[in-house]
Amino acid sequence: MRVLTKGNIALAEGAIQAGCRYYFGYPITPQNDIPEYLAKHLPRVGGTFIPAESEIASINMILGASAAGARAMTSSSGPGISLMQEGFSYLAGSELPAVIVNIMRIGPGLGGIAPTQGDYNQAVHGGGHGDYHNIVLAPASCQEMFDLTIKAFELADKYRNPAMILADAMVGQFQEPCRLTPKEPVVIPEKPWALTGAMGRPAQLIKSLFLGPGEMEIHNLDLKKKYDTMEQNEVMYETRHLDDADIMIIAFGTPSRIAKTAIQFLRQEGVRAGLLRPITLFPFPSKAIHEYSQRIKKILVVEMNTGQMLRDVQLACHNGTRVYFYGRPGGGIPYPDDIMAQVKKLL
Amino acid sequence: MQAVFTRPKTLKDTPTHFCPGCTHGIAHRIVAEVIDELGIREKTIGIPGVGCCVFLYKYLDIDVLEAPHGRAPACATGMKRVLPDRIIFAYQGDGDMAAIGTSEVIHAANRGENITVIYINNSVYGMTGGQMAPTTLLGQQTTTTPYGRNFRSEGYPIRMAEMLATLEGVAYSARVALHKPKYVMQAKKAVEKAFMMQINEMGFSVVEMLSTCNTNWRVSPTEAIDKLENEMIPYFPLGVFKERTGKDFL
Amino acid sequence: MYYDMIMAGFGGQGIQIISQLVAVAAINKGYEVTYLPSYGVEKRGGRTNVFVVISDEEIGSPITNHPYSLIVMDQIAYDTYIHILRPDGLLVANESLIDTTTHRRNDIVSCCLFCNEEAVKLGNPKLANMIALGALLKNSNVLTVDDIKKVIEQVIPERLAHTIPANMQAIRHGYELA
Repeated sequence: MRVLTKGNIALAEGAIQAGCRYYFGYPITPQNDIPEYLAKHLPRVGGTFIPAESEIASINMILGASAAGARAMTSSSGPGISLMQEGFSYLAGSELPAVIVNIMRIGPGLGGIAPTQGDYNQAVHGGGHGDYHNIVLAPASCQEMFDLTIKAFELADKYRNPAMILADAMVGQFQEPCRLTPKEPVVIPEKPWALTGAMGRPAQLIKSLFLGPGEMEIHNLDLKKKYDTMEQNEVMYETRHLDDADIMIIAFGTPSRIAKTAIQFLRQEGVRAGLLRPITLFPFPSKAIHEYSQRIKKILVVEMNTGQMLRDVQLACHNGTRVYFYGRPGGGIPYPDDIMAQVKKLL
Repeated sequence: MQAVFTRPKTLKDTPTHFCPGCTHGIAHRIVAEVIDELGIREKTIGIPGVGCCVFLYKYLDIDVLEAPHGRAPACATGMKRVLPDRIIFAYQGDGDMAAIGTSEVIHAANRGENITVIYINNSVYGMTGGQMAPTTLLGQQTTTTPYGRNFRSEGYPIRMAEMLATLEGVAYSARVALHKPKYVMQAKKAVEKAFMMQINEMGFSVVEMLSTCNTNWRVSPTEAIDKLENEMIPYFPLGVFKERTGKDFL
Repeated sequence: MYYDMIMAGFGGQGIQIISQLVAVAAINKGYEVTYLPSYGVEKRGGRTNVFVVISDEEIGSPITNHPYSLIVMDQIAYDTYIHILRPDGLLVANESLIDTTTHRRNDIVSCCLFCNEEAVKLGNPKLANMIALGALLKNSNVLTVDDIKKVIEQVIPERLAHTIPANMQAIRHGYELA
């Protein structure tokens, strides 16, 4: 049974079905549907919703709930996500799982609320201080808002690391028919590391402070190993028509949807274009891009920003591949025609 | 031979790293004794903030979560909601709670979160080397107020225990001191009362502890004791500013 | 099969409800659907623009700049979108509030109705949107009046369930007029 569901609502329902029983958040457009839905529905499943006093408080409530072993989530946008960066860094350093949702708004500053992808660098390349990564998932449909939220909780627990859902406001606000039941049964792992009181066991400590000589280097290298494992095992991407493609479009979120339509029309005109859509932005599908770029010598990166994922694509590409960019920042949304025109320019 | 004075079970057998003359160790011991006496060691979780207070985990044999600077009350909120039958306390200094973390402590208190905050007020930022805190006394010299704190420029010392007592969600708010045996006895009673408030689900409890920081005050330990008595207590009066007697908030 | 449409007007004209009826009816028939409403600031500015795409295959872009059809309920909506309607596309315009001479298009199928006046004739001016929907159903071969009837209980909020017969009547009235 598929129900017409708004992206943000699919995400919120996905969180509940993933066993998330704790939500802490502060309102900001364009993600308010998420806290409003959870405020209504979490109590029904015995969950807790706290309208926190700030995004800083939200992310630290997550830190406390997560340290106690619970699945917990917050959501925000733009300035709110910026305020949480200290918390992401602590979560990563303390090796605590958490799911953070960023329904992006335009920046810098207060910016605007139209669809945009300006927070790619912040999400993928840190944002907070120190040598760490968030796991970053980029849904492109309402169904993925549901499925990838469940996946985010799974990955966060598996690696004891914060996982972010990074979506543009189009994916958050539009509606599609959705299956609102998990593809696979949700299993929440045991968390013997959680702080529950030292009952019948030695006292446990969760911290990110390591002052002893060499301790922090060991910790950083351990974290690096974890990120390497993610790069080995957790990369997700979708491809379309790449077998015979002369040009590969790389896009995530809404631009990937628009690119699909553009590619369909281009193929009707005999232009052999294909698509690679990263679903995980960290770990990034660098290996796949490298392999495809050995054969496909022209790549067009399409983003709703001034070129952020572009840098990761350039780093991943095989020598001799030409990487072009079409970006629409500040709330501009490309039409299929616009992408078609860009592709035709490159032929 | 009968032992009349022993180390509380909750206090680890660890040499202290705190400066000679510092009263943090007394605060730790008070908390450890109260935890022992209430028999709650195995269900208590401590959340220290950033600053000298962070090393709580070195000394107390309980589960500990290290919180970001000023955020311990938010962390404690999240944790308490997951584990409502555990005893959760934050352990914060004045830089942590009275400066960077005012928002978190005020809103945790205002929600009536059923947690306890032990708040160490030594009128100065200790770990970073003696900079001005919001609690620094007027005229007090610190590395960032080398000419003494001036109210025209830096404002007045902030009285957290009194301020928090005005909030409906607060069950218990008291100020104690740690520099003389008499005060230490009173301090222990206050900590016990604060934990009992939590055990009885009465709401937010906070104990402000006036402490010495002779290193950053640039005085000897004994002079620090006099300074606390003669300069801090007149501005930060000791006492109980709020104490619920029943679940009168319901 | 691929069909896309833009429905536009001002807040309170019932654009959301008719576009939801179309979207849910299409899902009910097994189609893929995307439904993109205006949101955010615009929600308070009083404009409502909805993009609906229906297809029997996976849908890429939820936005369109050559829609197959356009339902416009007021002058601003008409002036905003009339240029981008696909040649041979279908225009359903609420002539009660639109002067179509502002922008002439001779390469499209025009269906202009006095929706407001017709709704008043049926006893409720709020039914203008349903009259426009009826006209859309008549001139597009994607959905039937029956398809809408099957899902209307799902879409109309329970507190307004009593209005369903009047709404269905208005849809049929629009269908006949068109």
